[in-house]
Amino acid sequence: MSRKTTSPKLNRRKFLTAAAVAGASGAVAPAKAATPTGLEAPQKLPSALPPNAYVAANEAGNPQMPQGESGRPGSDFMVDVIKTLDIKYLPANPASSYRGIHESLINYGKNTMPEFLTCMHEESAVGMCHGYFKATGKPLMTLVHGVVGLQHATMAVYNAWCDRVPVLILGGNDLDAAHRAPGVPTFHSGQDINAIVRDYTKWDDNPVSAEHFAQSFVRMYKIATTPPYGPVMMSLDGGLQTEPVRDYGQPLYIPKFFASAPPQGDMGAVKEAARLLANAERPVIVVDRAARSQEGVDLLVQLAELLQAPVVDQGNRMNFPNTHPLSRPASVINQADVVIGLELSDYWATVNGFIDNGDDGVGKNITKVKPGTKLISISSVDLLTKSNYQDFQRFQSIDVSMPGDAQATLPFLIEALKSAISNDRKDAMTKRGDAIRQAHAKGLDDTKQLAAIAWDATPISTARLLTETYAQIKDFDWSLVSTAGNTSDWANRLWPMQKYYQWLGASGGYGVGYGAPGSVGAALGNRDLGRFSVSIQSDGDLMYAPGVLWTAARHKIPLLAVMHNNRGYHQEVMHIQRMSNFRNRVANIGNDLAPIGTSIMNPDIAYHDLAKSMGWWAKGPVTDPADLGPAIKEAVAAVKDGQPALVNVVTQPR
Amino acid sequence: MSFVRLSVASLLIAFGVSVAGQGAALADGDAQKGKVAFIRNGCWQCHDYNGQGSVATSNGKVIARTQLPLDAFISFVHTTNGAMPPFRLQVLSDADLTDIYAYLQSLPEPKAAKDIPLLNNDVRTQ
Repeated sequence: MSRKTTSPKLNRRKFLTAAAVAGASGAVAPAKAATPTGLEAPQKLPSALPPNAYVAANEAGNPQMPQGESGRPGSDFMVDVIKTLDIKYLPANPASSYRGIHESLINYGKNTMPEFLTCMHEESAVGMCHGYFKATGKPLMTLVHGVVGLQHATMAVYNAWCDRVPVLILGGNDLDAAHRAPGVPTFHSGQDINAIVRDYTKWDDNPVSAEHFAQSFVRMYKIATTPPYGPVMMSLDGGLQTEPVRDYGQPLYIPKFFASAPPQGDMGAVKEAARLLANAERPVIVVDRAARSQEGVDLLVQLAELLQAPVVDQGNRMNFPNTHPLSRPASVINQADVVIGLELSDYWATVNGFIDNGDDGVGKNITKVKPGTKLISISSVDLLTKSNYQDFQRFQSIDVSMPGDAQATLPFLIEALKSAISNDRKDAMTKRGDAIRQAHAKGLDDTKQLAAIAWDATPISTARLLTETYAQIKDFDWSLVSTAGNTSDWANRLWPMQKYYQWLGASGGYGVGYGAPGSVGAALGNRDLGRFSVSIQSDGDLMYAPGVLWTAARHKIPLLAVMHNNRGYHQEVMHIQRMSNFRNRVANIGNDLAPIGTSIMNPDIAYHDLAKSMGWWAKGPVTDPADLGPAIKEAVAAVKDGQPALVNVVTQPR
Repeated sequence: MSFVRLSVASLLIAFGVSVAGQGAALADGDAQKGKVAFIRNGCWQCHDYNGQGSVATSNGKVIARTQLPLDAFISFVHTTNGAMPPFRLQVLSDADLTDIYAYLQSLPEPKAAKDIPLLNNDVRTQ
């Protein structure tokens, strides 16, 4: 211990600090730490101690917590720290392991900044934080119970990791085995609870003093919100929350947060990329999470227009307006001589293909681009990759690779391009742009005609589902907060996506169950910004944790959820069919329509009744396409009144 | 709650899978039988109930009123090594495929998009 002691007693927290320091240096002082008064002379103790009164009471089944000490609770100071960062909400499922800070937040902190939102599952809480950030650009924090609550949260944390979204997660834990209550609190404590999410968080810590908490909370906020964004984790000790805060002779202070500048691509590489693009005959811009804000969208428009090149938006964010004449489908990559990929989650699959139909069902690889095609990448994820979970996808060799944030690098790339484009290239580039514009217009006509097929069919086609929905919301400042499940991308094909918040992308890690909580979280953010939120909600996704419907009603979060109820885990429907075909077997569909174990029917789920039971306006099942528009119109009216509303629509598979 | 046991045919009725022109038959196939075979053998999973397909599951291909001749259609389904898994003869007979072909040919022509107000007034125009 280098710190000067001002307290007459070695309290429990100071013991933890001492133990941590001693552990790091290899020293051990167990006898001193085990004595009740701390500063008494060390005694020689037997290896097995007789039970003291506290332990005896516990063993007799009548546990009593140690007497509290007077003074300011540590968790009050934590609330002071949290309030410096303007975190508006805290969606969480309550838990005893964070009761100290919970009490401080709602009483000492007056339940504002952050406001506690009651959730019914930790996965829902993290999913809400995830969706909220994408709608607002502001991170939220959540609290989870030690061990089991964090276990519940993990899939949602993985989704946030893969989707590059900052979420601040604090997990209650009680490290002090000598003092924590036996039974459930001990089952729910761990030496290192953060370990379970360490592979898919940017950083984690386990503070052992109030000052340590202050530094680490600001640090975790800074790390999470510096591109590439990502979730961060803190284990929050129970004793640190409940015991009086101590300053150890030095005034406590809260570090001031300053946002970090995002990392940019190397300027030499930027100039080389500009040279390749300026001299290309058929350059293609491919974007996935390139835009972090509307500014990013605007920069991409500048880049595309300067280059007169088609833009392929892979859609994990709204990167490029689909109404822009340079917006084109992925098929244009096949003819490219230079491809620039900006924050691609899978560069390999951008220029290659995988056909799940090889001999023995192994699959075949194909290349999509011509030999000699030059590849350029700007991606901040290169700065973040970890080794266990495979979110980095297959390796792709890149000619000019820039680890750095695409949006932050774009202004420099645009300037470099202006210098690199010679006058004798400009006519050719203009002609190129004209051809792309014509193809764009024809593509829209073709898309509408495809949407017309099965227009009046029952079950309702996904094209009809999306068109009827848009017709009812088009006059609002709308935000499509989620399209859980697969509706053949009709939203991006038929709705005009022009603003960053009109399309928020998907889960990131394809962990099913994101759609409902992500939508509610995004709708929360949109509510405060005056936007109208709509989601396309799939059946399987909703049933992972439907309790988030109650959270939306409880906290008056308006959201229009139009269900894509295709009555199955449809990806798995097709996978089992595929495996049956590979093995020359007739797929066993039992008494359903799809292979056994993949249907959600017999009985059908009355999602509209489920939603009503949790305080939503709801209607359904809608099976006749003629009834769909009027049903959505009614739901829209409920949402405009401030209520969440759900329309259960029986749909075709995709 | 006990599960309701339904046959494929009754499920088709229960979910109201619509087939305009059902009952129409080619010389070699029965569209009504083909509809049942289309569902029972899982064709709908990627091609949707009306053969309209999906960019996600059929690469955007529409098989309603397919232009393939019957023999080419049967051969393709049995042997494809593309994105679609093959349905070999042991799994799907030529007779079933002939009926499925008849079903696909029986599906109605879609309306022209210009005649559907929503597709003109309520989708993006550029």
